[in-house]
Amino acid sequence: MEATSTTVGPAGTGWHPQALVRRLRDGDAIAHTVTLLFAATILLITTTLVFQLWIHSAPSRAKFGWDFLHTSTWDPVFDNYGALPFLYGTLVTTLVSLLIAVPLGLGAAIFLSELAPPKLSAGLSYLIDLLAAVPSVIYGLLAIFTLVPLMSTTVEPFLKKTLGDLPFFKGPTYGVGFLTAGLVLSVMIVPFIVSVSREVLLAVPADQREAALSLGATRWETTWKVVVPYARSGIMGSVFLSMARALGETMAVTMVIGNTPQISASLFSPGYTIAAVIANEFTEATGDMYLSALIELGLVLFLLTFILNGVAQLMIMLSERRGGGGQRG
Amino acid sequence: MKKILLAVALCLGIAGVLAADNPVQLNAAGATFPYPIYSKWFDEYHKLHPEIQINYQSIGSGGGIRQLIAKTVDFGASDGPMTDQQLQQAGFKILHFPTVLGAAVPSYNVPGAPDSLKFTQKALAGIYLGTITKWNDPEIANANPGVNLPANDIVVVHRSDGSGTTYIWTDFLAKVSDEWKNKVGTNTSVNWPVGLGGKGNEGVSGLIKQTPNSIGYIELIYAIQNNIPYGAVQNAAGTFVKASLAGVSEAAAGAAKNMPDDFRVSITNAPGKTAYPISSFTWLLIPAQIQDAGKRDIIKGFLKWMLTDGQGYCEGLYYGKLPKPVVDKEMKAISLIE
Repeated sequence: MEATSTTVGPAGTGWHPQALVRRLRDGDAIAHTVTLLFAATILLITTTLVFQLWIHSAPSRAKFGWDFLHTSTWDPVFDNYGALPFLYGTLVTTLVSLLIAVPLGLGAAIFLSELAPPKLSAGLSYLIDLLAAVPSVIYGLLAIFTLVPLMSTTVEPFLKKTLGDLPFFKGPTYGVGFLTAGLVLSVMIVPFIVSVSREVLLAVPADQREAALSLGATRWETTWKVVVPYARSGIMGSVFLSMARALGETMAVTMVIGNTPQISASLFSPGYTIAAVIANEFTEATGDMYLSALIELGLVLFLLTFILNGVAQLMIMLSERRGGGGQRG
Repeated sequence: MKKILLAVALCLGIAGVLAADNPVQLNAAGATFPYPIYSKWFDEYHKLHPEIQINYQSIGSGGGIRQLIAKTVDFGASDGPMTDQQLQQAGFKILHFPTVLGAAVPSYNVPGAPDSLKFTQKALAGIYLGTITKWNDPEIANANPGVNLPANDIVVVHRSDGSGTTYIWTDFLAKVSDEWKNKVGTNTSVNWPVGLGGKGNEGVSGLIKQTPNSIGYIELIYAIQNNIPYGAVQNAAGTFVKASLAGVSEAAAGAAKNMPDDFRVSITNAPGKTAYPISSFTWLLIPAQIQDAGKRDIIKGFLKWMLTDGQGYCEGLYYGKLPKPVVDKEMKAISLIE
């Protein structure tokens, strides 16, 4: 007993052989080292990834510089590349999917945690979790054969008739485009929002709810004004997790987005995302400049995800500081 | 103890089996378009010569060329010939050997149109450039007298993924339209002026099926195997030809007269009355100098087999056979491998 307590000391003390051996035989030190190694390995892999992206995109970066980020051409024949339409498509599809999935997911989570009977809640939660397990290619196939015809024959003409004055709903309705891709993405990210938000809402302490109810709040007022704000940071975390997934989703998107590198305000028009163009063109890319432009696109996507996640963490931190999420003793 | 003995025995057994056979293994990689027939060939060749195993990975023409230049594979395959720049980059001499023929056909979905619409060369170029926008445009209507074409907008569909089929199609368009040649060019992936992109033949035909008034291009093999209707294209002689395996071989025969010795030729818009104008070779890329004598003999042997018995498997898999003049020329070129 005595021996172990004296060996756990600050680093730098006790480099005598006996102390070292004692420390090594002590399970804590080994666990510390091994887990540190694992964490370091993950960091190392990520850094190596970024490093490789940086190195292999060098020809393209040298040729285009910052222009890459605001040029709209993508011409493999004349080696003229620009990332803007892909950035636009990635951001628009992610935004559309979040606009659809967040209310849907949060609403479902609130129902499952607050308002549903426990058995129903458990059963439905299980089914929703299963949705997350479906491979994205399946979503893509389903979308092509069922969603796209539905969009082109029913949904899009209806939107055009009712909301056709807005710039978002103009133009020919092919069925494939930003709206359909956003819809497919929203179905794919809803399970994450529902399962994480449900857990966070269930974890809100009962005394918060009881306090609200005792002050005369209705059931809904308690939920919306007390419980949900308390769980705010967890819910935001789930939203940003889903956003990260939507940013990088490849197969389902490339099947329904029309694969046309263009920027258009209309949600009916076909577009392109970074992940989709890399998946489509990488294997057959023969020129060095072509390949390095695709790798640079990968680098852009990585940085975009990194920045958005950073902003997300900042927002979560700020919202925690404002209150809620266990800050009040 | 027993487990250890069992493991050792197993290892020795496997080693023994491996040592006994000692097959020679060659690695190849490249084009996806001829993958079905290549895998059939390599399989049949292995049955004839059990000690020879050729392993082919269809990672795409671009990948095949890169791996060949990096010398990680023994030979490569590509749907488009290597450019002068790539050959220079390789640092060693690479020979091209055409193996089979493929074609791209125009498929469409126009309500009320017959199964074989006729397309002139200008019509296809105009449609894909975006200058011809309606189905009842005179360029299309005049080639199809008696057909009631609607005044609807044409929805153009193309491949979103890099592919040999796109290479053939854009090569043809570049030959028949100067505007296409200067504005867009030829490659496995281009900057399309108009159109939706579908992934793979399945993507394009799926989009065509679901979008009325659309037109797209797909591989001949895919169209035949899936019973997809496609139109006829006007060839250099002025005849409207509906693609067939015979028409494709005819195109190659027509081009054989002026074929360069290195076989890096495009046979789109080939001369010949019944030649189908949107055809192309696909090539095996073989290093001219192979150090390993065993591998060299295997490759030469395979090429000879491929040009004779191997061609017999083409029809069954809907690939176009190489015409005799090309086969003869290639047989002579095999001797260049040393």
